[in-house]
Amino acid sequence: MTLLRVEGLRKSFGREEVLRGIDLAVSEHEVVCLIGASGSGKSTLLRCVNLLEPVDEGRIFLKEEELTARGVDVDRLRRRVGIVFQAYNLFPHMSVLRNVTLGPTEALKLPRRAAEERAEELLQRFGLADKRDEYPDRLSGGQQQRVAIVRALAMRPELLLLDEVTSALDPELVGEVLALIRELAEGGMTMLIATHEMSFARETADRVCFLDGGQILEEGPPERIFSSPQELRTRRFLQRIVAAGRLQ
Amino acid sequence: MAAIALVVVNSPGWPEVRRSFFDLDRFTGSFPDLARAFLLNVRIFLIAEAIILVTALIVAVMRSLPGPVFFPLRALGVLYADFFRGVPTILVIYLFGFGVPALGISGIPRSPLVWAVVALVLVYTAYVSEVYRAGIESVHPSQEAAARSLGLSRFQALRFVVLPQAVRRVVPPLLNDFIGLQKDTALVALIGPVEAFRQSQIKVAASFNYTPYLATALLFVLLTVPLARFTDWLVARDRRRQLAGRAA
Ligand SMILES: Nc1ncnc2c1ncn2[C@@H]1O[C@H](COP(=O)(O)OP(=O)(O)OP(=O)(O)O)[C@@H](O)[C@H]1O
Ligand SMILES: [Mg+2]
Repeated sequence: MTLLRVEGLRKSFGREEVLRGIDLAVSEHEVVCLIGASGSGKSTLLRCVNLLEPVDEGRIFLKEEELTARGVDVDRLRRRVGIVFQAYNLFPHMSVLRNVTLGPTEALKLPRRAAEERAEELLQRFGLADKRDEYPDRLSGGQQQRVAIVRALAMRPELLLLDEVTSALDPELVGEVLALIRELAEGGMTMLIATHEMSFARETADRVCFLDGGQILEEGPPERIFSSPQELRTRRFLQRIVAAGRLQ
Repeated sequence: MAAIALVVVNSPGWPEVRRSFFDLDRFTGSFPDLARAFLLNVRIFLIAEAIILVTALIVAVMRSLPGPVFFPLRALGVLYADFFRGVPTILVIYLFGFGVPALGISGIPRSPLVWAVVALVLVYTAYVSEVYRAGIESVHPSQEAAARSLGLSRFQALRFVVLPQAVRRVVPPLLNDFIGLQKDTALVALIGPVEAFRQSQIKVAASFNYTPYLATALLFVLLTVPLARFTDWLVARDRRRQLAGRAA
């Protein structure tokens, strides 16, 4: 069943059209990776899906509900879609536990106790139980990013958007975050992931979309995209990535 | 410092000045009355401060609301801050302290003191709202985006994520403005109420000796020093924390 459907999405910043007619569908339990050069519009697409950026044209559906319809309750819809940013964006003035319970207690109106139980269970599961009372600036980048993912998961989202969640990390910390995402994929989490980690995309994604100049130029199963890309520009992009040593 | 002191002490007028400003008997004699009058300054200060903390926050939030819908509120906030920062405090006190009671409207307080406090609140709300606003703008927009992405409303994001960080950052400049407010409570004397400065004027007029002014100055300094040292301590603590945060 289709969970997310994007139809003819267009978005400009000033005179620069960043998304030029995106059509994309993500099924339940599917993991879709967005790849493409810097500036191709991956982050913008994810931010539009979470309504953090107003959409200029086109429609976005979550199951049968249209996010882009006039007068929708944006806050309610956002609760169903989680997003994790490249720069973690944890709340620096709150402990790890409070970071994770803020959404559930304030947006979902869960009682504090229940929210804490849910948070502790997630922290435990992802090896962060001993960090519950720490403040974000006392954690490593990898730990911060895992907390950010846990914070999004605590809302029990139907769809999780990940925007280059390992790009800001030191190389030795990338692994622990990717492992967590793999675990989520195995657990059946529906995810739309913008990434530069090609080997990760190859082994984890059900489908890969190559974004170029604000359009999805080519999409398909990772084996096909990575081994025999049809489009010249996809081939060029992958060649550059290989040359940079990011795909063996 | 020592050189200046030497010049002053050896100046031709010094014996006369010493007699009329540094009369120990008059100092101890006038001190109790002055201290009692000074309690009014302290009361004015405490009441005004408590109100300003809230009103300034409201003005600052008004000015930071985004989008064209809130343009009138933003414009109102700008107009307010420009006006009350531009007009000399003493003029505002005259206008309110003499003007409003003279209107003779039934049901509103007729005491010039009340209206002088209102004037102080209006003026310092304008200053302090600028301080708050700088704090709000110093919180990176990604913090609000992270809060909104959890389904928090705009107001909740402000309350739980933006304001706590903003206020923490502006405590030192905020206290600085309050030191200014402490001093300006003396301006209330100009429309009648017998606070410390007015009391010292009365005593000076009765004795042709200026020592009471010195005693009053000392009272103000005694009140300012703890606040100033507290501000220094906060600034030093923040610096230490930042250094520690960077090292971690
Ligand atoms: N808030 C904004 N205001 C103006 N221009 C923006 C804004 N956000 C993004 N852009 C522009 O939109 C284009 C696409 O940006 P986007 O961040 O979506 O690319 P990306 O594919 O995520 O790139 P990267 O791989 O570097 O993260 C860029 O040219 C960028 O400069
Ligand atoms: Mg990006």
